[in-house]
Amino acid sequence: MDRTWVLAEQRDGVPAGIVLELLTAARGFGGAVEVVTWGPSSAGAAAVLGRYGATKVYDVGDIGESLPGPRVAAALAAQVSGGNRPDAILIGATHDGRDIAARLSVRLDLPVLTNVVGIDASGGRPTSEHAIFGGSTLLRAEFTDGIPGLFVIQAKSFVAEPAETSDPAGQRSPEIVAIDTPETGASDAARIVARHEEERSGPKLDEAAVVVSGGRGLGSPGNYALITELAQLLNGAPGASRAIVDAGWVPYAFQVGQTGKTVKPMVYIACGISGATLHMVGMKDAQNIIAINKDPQAPIFSIADLGVVGDLTKVIPKLIEAIKARR
Amino acid sequence: MNVAVCVKQIPDTADPPALDPQDHTLVREGKLIMDESDGYGVEMGLQLVEADGGGEVSLLSMAPNGERSGLRNALAVGAAKAILVSDPVLAGSDALGTAKVLAAAIRRLGPDLVLAGTESSDGYTGTTPVQVAELLDWPSVSFAKHIEISDGLLRVQRQTEAGYEEVSCPLPAVVTVTAGVVEPRYPSFKGLAAAKSKPVEELTVADLGLDPSQVGFAGARQQVISVEASEARKAGEIVVDAGDAHERVIRFLEQLKIL
Repeated sequence: MDRTWVLAEQRDGVPAGIVLELLTAARGFGGAVEVVTWGPSSAGAAAVLGRYGATKVYDVGDIGESLPGPRVAAALAAQVSGGNRPDAILIGATHDGRDIAARLSVRLDLPVLTNVVGIDASGGRPTSEHAIFGGSTLLRAEFTDGIPGLFVIQAKSFVAEPAETSDPAGQRSPEIVAIDTPETGASDAARIVARHEEERSGPKLDEAAVVVSGGRGLGSPGNYALITELAQLLNGAPGASRAIVDAGWVPYAFQVGQTGKTVKPMVYIACGISGATLHMVGMKDAQNIIAINKDPQAPIFSIADLGVVGDLTKVIPKLIEAIKARR
Repeated sequence: MNVAVCVKQIPDTADPPALDPQDHTLVREGKLIMDESDGYGVEMGLQLVEADGGGEVSLLSMAPNGERSGLRNALAVGAAKAILVSDPVLAGSDALGTAKVLAAAIRRLGPDLVLAGTESSDGYTGTTPVQVAELLDWPSVSFAKHIEISDGLLRVQRQTEAGYEEVSCPLPAVVTVTAGVVEPRYPSFKGLAAAKSKPVEELTVADLGLDPSQVGFAGARQQVISVEASEARKAGEIVVDAGDAHERVIRFLEQLKIL
């Protein structure tokens, strides 16, 4: 592959974590690695993108209060249609990333492969890996026609590593190239009127070494306090299954699984989580898994290194007391 | 206002899923059910139409074999009618092919608003609704966790990775809803009986004026190379709590140097 583009979504002026993962993967393809970014300023992000191997940054510029989907897809499609055509475009499976991928796919009339967890470009044409059925099955796929290949990639599919450079002092920031956005018309009519962040303290869910998650087996929303306390004592992050997020017990930002965060902590403690496939796909690659559940048949036990069959409202308080007693 | 809700009929999620060994598509034998995540769109549509005081909810579904069992509950809770696009050439359609079919059906229906789930529970590509929006040149708001309409403008709370955004959006538009946006109602016996007489218009790809090469395996332009079992994570030690299981957890955490 001669050239790969990575979509570089920014968070507060720096590239989102998944962007660095995708850049690391793209470097392995052998060809040039370039990124497409947007936002009030690309200057701050460019230096980091360069450290991870980007040689060129295509800058869509400030999109104001527009949602990224229509604008970024239009700008990208105009480049590709105009002849600036990479072999593959890697897009992180974020909310905005999926919107951009969907609209880009239509503008280029090209299919998109989603839920990608690995890419092999050694044979010239990239093939993608997909973990299906809760991660129990690995499927490999490829495009039969059309360039660029559009890939929407799950978080934590690759480990982010900065590029090695023979001359660290002389490492250059990537060239920044402003690109135009063609008329987007009615598709760009939605406007963001306010942004709200849900407050969280402690380590980030997708970066913490320890994640303690709760599910329906907690029995009541009040028992989630056990999860929070245990996570805090272990310097970890509290997480949740989709069931209790949908039920409104905790905000979406806590959700682990297919529609939430993918986590790969050193230890994942699943409390009252039965192990629906869509949850397992988000945590099965934890280095160690501890499961506490009263149902001995719960699927989560099939992947747990340590399974405790018992009442979590009895086990967790004792665990909390025992950890406190060690201090 | 008129709302169209995209509903996918999928194999019962209680049954273990399987891929066809020949063409690697999801096995869809037996009775299909409506994807649970589409129930939220149906309910949201009904509430918006009720609040508006006029119009109706229509269902849009695509299935290769004329299947309509998965539409019955949604008709029973209040959807007025359904369009079912069914055609053997649709087998093997990818997200873009599906979006082309749905967009063509939406043009025919002319709704003010299209609702869909954020992703299906069987294929979960999560791109089809926004592809529909782009095909129609409409705005879209994905991951809605709250929707209101005032003065013909949608006010949506859109879930983000860190919290949520308040988005305003003119109609017509496509909105994808998260589970939990509303609590779906249950069908009554009366509703289920009435559902039997509600119109379900069955259309083919040709009826929609689409070229068959745009859909199905031909349109997908992608293929499965291999399917294999992943290296299975093995079950480890199981302890049945007799009042001291927490001590085993402590030792486990000590070994990992977490404690």
